[in-house]
Amino acid sequence: MQCKVTLLDGSDYTLDVEKRARGQMLFDKVCDHLNLLEKDYFGITYKDIDNQKNWLDPSKELKKQIRTGPWNFAFNVKFYPPDPAQLTEDITRYYLCLQLRDDVVSGRLPCSFATHTVLGSYTVQSELGDYDPEELASDYIGELRFAPNQTKELEEKVMELHKTYKGMTPAEAEIHFLENAKKLSMFGVDLHHAKDSEGVEIMLGVCASGLLIYRDRLRINRFAWPKILKISYKRNNFYIKIRPGEFEQFESTIGFKLPNHRAAKRLWKVCVEHHTFFRLVSPEAPPKKFLSLGSKFRYSGRTQAQTRRASSQIIRPAPFFERFSSKRYNMSRSLDGAPIMENHETLMKDGATDGAAKVIAKGDIITTVTTEKKAEEEKAEQEDARMDEAETPEPTVTTPLRQDTKDTEPPAEMVKHQTNISELKRSFLETGGSAQGLTEWEKRLSSSPVHSPRADEAPMIEPLEPQDAKDEPPTGDETKEEVEPKATEAAGYLVKLVADSIVTDGATSSGPHGISLSTTMDDDVFMDAALREVEEKTPDSQDERLVLKVSPGAVRQEVSQAISDKKGTLIILKEDKVDAEGDELGVLSEKEEPEVPGEADAEKNKLLSSSTEKETIEEDVAAVIEARTTVVKTPSLKIDVKADDIAPIKGIDSTKKAMASWISEEAMTYASEVLSVSTNGVEEMRTPDGLQHEAEIFTFEEVQVQTCSLTQNSVSESSATSFAVSTLGWVSSSQKTSADPEQKAAIATETEAAPAESTGPTSLDSSDAGTKEMPVVHTETKTITYEAAEGETNGDADPGVLLSAQTITSETTSTTTTTHITKTVKGGVSETRIEKRIVITGDSDIDHDEALAQAIKEAKEQHPDMSVTKVVVHKETEITPEEGED
Amino acid sequence: MAGLMAGFARYTHAVVRGIPTSLAADALRSSRSDVDLAKARAEHEAYVAVLRTELGLDVVELAADESLPDCVFVEDAAVVCGDTALVTRPGAESRRGETEAMKGALKDLNLNIVEMTDENATLDGGDVLFTGREFFVGLSKRTNQRGAEILADAFKDYAVSTVPMLEALHLKSFCSMGGPGLIIIGSSEPAQKALKIMQQMSDHRYDKLTVPDDLAANCIYVNLPNKGHVLLHCTAEEFPESTKVFEKLKDYTLIPVSNMEKVKLDGALTCCSVLINKKGNN
Repeated sequence: MQCKVTLLDGSDYTLDVEKRARGQMLFDKVCDHLNLLEKDYFGITYKDIDNQKNWLDPSKELKKQIRTGPWNFAFNVKFYPPDPAQLTEDITRYYLCLQLRDDVVSGRLPCSFATHTVLGSYTVQSELGDYDPEELASDYIGELRFAPNQTKELEEKVMELHKTYKGMTPAEAEIHFLENAKKLSMFGVDLHHAKDSEGVEIMLGVCASGLLIYRDRLRINRFAWPKILKISYKRNNFYIKIRPGEFEQFESTIGFKLPNHRAAKRLWKVCVEHHTFFRLVSPEAPPKKFLSLGSKFRYSGRTQAQTRRASSQIIRPAPFFERFSSKRYNMSRSLDGAPIMENHETLMKDGATDGAAKVIAKGDIITTVTTEKKAEEEKAEQEDARMDEAETPEPTVTTPLRQDTKDTEPPAEMVKHQTNISELKRSFLETGGSAQGLTEWEKRLSSSPVHSPRADEAPMIEPLEPQDAKDEPPTGDETKEEVEPKATEAAGYLVKLVADSIVTDGATSSGPHGISLSTTMDDDVFMDAALREVEEKTPDSQDERLVLKVSPGAVRQEVSQAISDKKGTLIILKEDKVDAEGDELGVLSEKEEPEVPGEADAEKNKLLSSSTEKETIEEDVAAVIEARTTVVKTPSLKIDVKADDIAPIKGIDSTKKAMASWISEEAMTYASEVLSVSTNGVEEMRTPDGLQHEAEIFTFEEVQVQTCSLTQNSVSESSATSFAVSTLGWVSSSQKTSADPEQKAAIATETEAAPAESTGPTSLDSSDAGTKEMPVVHTETKTITYEAAEGETNGDADPGVLLSAQTITSETTSTTTTTHITKTVKGGVSETRIEKRIVITGDSDIDHDEALAQAIKEAKEQHPDMSVTKVVVHKETEITPEEGED
Repeated sequence: MAGLMAGFARYTHAVVRGIPTSLAADALRSSRSDVDLAKARAEHEAYVAVLRTELGLDVVELAADESLPDCVFVEDAAVVCGDTALVTRPGAESRRGETEAMKGALKDLNLNIVEMTDENATLDGGDVLFTGREFFVGLSKRTNQRGAEILADAFKDYAVSTVPMLEALHLKSFCSMGGPGLIIIGSSEPAQKALKIMQQMSDHRYDKLTVPDDLAANCIYVNLPNKGHVLLHCTAEEFPESTKVFEKLKDYTLIPVSNMEKVKLDGALTCCSVLINKKGNN
């Protein structure tokens, strides 16, 4: 098929692609043609029947996207980098400039006369070079376009400025251009027409930082990504669920009316993509929904963080390329102007190219919930799934898997079991909870009269943080996760780095009534597909959290955690039993078994016992914690615990690759007075099913499924600093059944089955029978904890409110590094904690001590401003691998 | 030609206006109070002297107009940013005439004049807070949505966010800029609420300096090439507690300016001048 792609300079690039080619193929070809390596900021658009611009989905076939008409596309900037100076190559900036020039000239990027002048002058400098009276006619500028309504006066001013740029290279001029353009308020804002609930015409603007609401030209509201818990669409409505404000208890959902269904979906997609690109470290796994009605669309490209990392490795010499005259560029678009064909060589390619990373993180992204499902979509997803399998990231490139956790309070424990051994799977379970109170820092820092204990000393300047700031880096405590390698020996190193520093505005702290702001990480926010649970707890009586996991494809067992606090290490073993309760939804829950790093036996038992037993140990723990809590307790605390569980499965071995699946859980605890709601864990399960979603969408309260007996328990710790909870769990079994997609319905009975997931699109090892497949593993484990004396950074046990948490995982053949970053706020102080878990697997010919030393060293180097507070070494040796199959 | 976001708070010129005799009796006020005309004039003279001598600005002094009792509060008549001046349409009908002289003065300074001709629009400059990166416009009794829209059209480079005002007369009745990225804010509830809104609407980060008295939060910040940060603020006599706050600012040249009489007419420090940068230096 012949495709015509209109490039940023206005020229058309025609190429042939296979009939069944996917978007990615076309995109790659165009980028090759343009000699562009930093291509993640760009995308290809096509016009739909409504003549609306849509982004081509790289993972879908072109013919499925272009239903009618000729295959005409345009190459455009999709994600405007907020700081163009950080782009690695001049050529990338050049294309960005071309896009922006068009944005300006078309009026999409409004600017003042003065700014038109400045931008225009840099454009001239970049295209024509120094002003040269002999070469340039007096009206040399006349044919260039700088503004929607260009005046003679503007041209004169442009020339005036141009004359002052002698010696400036085109690349420099472009940098100046971008430095000015990026400050414009509409820079990179993708506008969508909509109406608010009262029918008032507004515009919704999607940008790097969130969603902006305009009425005429005025900004009337703004929702930073971290404020948004969920985005969804239904028919022609678009919804965002907002995190409760300081004084609110409940989330609210705001709906907007889009002109039609397609517009709503388009907006939703753009939101999903922007959120993923700018907010996440790596794309989220696509939802695994079984009976889901929702869209499974996810952003599948690299995130900004990933692309920056990748582009920092570009080593080719700067490619030579010729800048087109914007004259030509404009003419080609002008009504009258026939495209001028002179000077047609665009970019010169230099051979270097493709070496650069070709990583296609086919992960998926986020979010969303859609209620309406289309068969088509489902199908597409299946395809996606296949793609996932097909693309395995190259080893050299880190493949971050991302997960968030939110836990402020760390202590939850879980056990995971992994059934699949032949593949590297990881599943993470995290829980956290937080309790908040005034910390020393908070007292010191908060100067607002209301808040601050010492109002008289008011004069301190405080940062007014944008609300998004809250969730940057995560802090928190810890988490755990486990990786399960197929190798026989695994050692995990956990290195925690803690830094305190950011002071946040009191705004984040809990409200007067002890209602805490939500601690949800924004990242997770979007993982609706995954199950989440919310558990409410009162600080005093801490219960454990429940975690429900659904494992799409495989039933995993979660591995335990250990909680260590200052006094020593507390290890908790716990096994839960999963009862299928309330799974009307038919969620398949996994079982988790707690594993105590230190105690091999205990773990073994659990592992061995496929059945789930509930252990009461947690209660003990709870008691301990409780005691603590009381001490710590401040009037209005709220503990929010969330755990996410991600169980990405990467098939390295190839036997099969399963799609990554995410499970996110959250448990929230509220101060008792706050919510009398449920002392039980309330779980919100989101199943892919649209129905459910719908319900959720419309109500403030979410659909909650109560599962009393969840698989996982978590213990919340009250003090972030002093406690370190880590869960390491490895389960390795020699052979996994996983390869066989056996779906055992039987399991469902025992556990909560999440049908949705079990029958994944692909029959890959989709559903694992939880119980049956439990691998039997005999292992010996040893855990050693080194903890810095300083222990508590804050000197008080107040855990703070978790702002964000995220986990990044990267792996190479023998090691898997999981970096878990959590950010909490205690009062006015925010704390960032980074926990790295490095799992080295191999046949004992690896020098683990060496590896540990290296890991610590690297950790220190990577975070020079942080200190290492704890190192946990967990060694597990498999004694006799057995067959894990039933 | 000034680029976008040229140096914040660099000024070369100021437009002020004299105090008419009618001020004492006829100027608008939110609470009954007797104004001592002589004192008000002395105060204003001192204010203008500070602009001229301490800040070294070229001060354009417009003559008072007896038919415009509030004319000394020039801020409401125009919003100047970069080389563009928006001549407003003040919310109080009795003050509409004030823009005439202002427009003339701004034209003389070669600014690009944008006029608010829409009869449905009202805007007082006192409701406009320019942070250097964006505008916040208080929607108050004096300023409406349409007025804010016109302002947004006049200054296209910047985001213009609206802030609903509940009690205070103007947005700047309880806040002002105290430096690049520093918002001085009063501690009353309306002030704090407004700040929260501004915070939510903004993509940028600001620091805040909270002062006990709302009125004291209205200051004039100027960045002088030779003196650096200069802050004109209330006197200790008026607001002792707030003054203490300012005194803790480091690296600032602090200039207390008395405003005891004008404040009776809701006039704050920023109200009495329109500051302009003609150099476009960065």
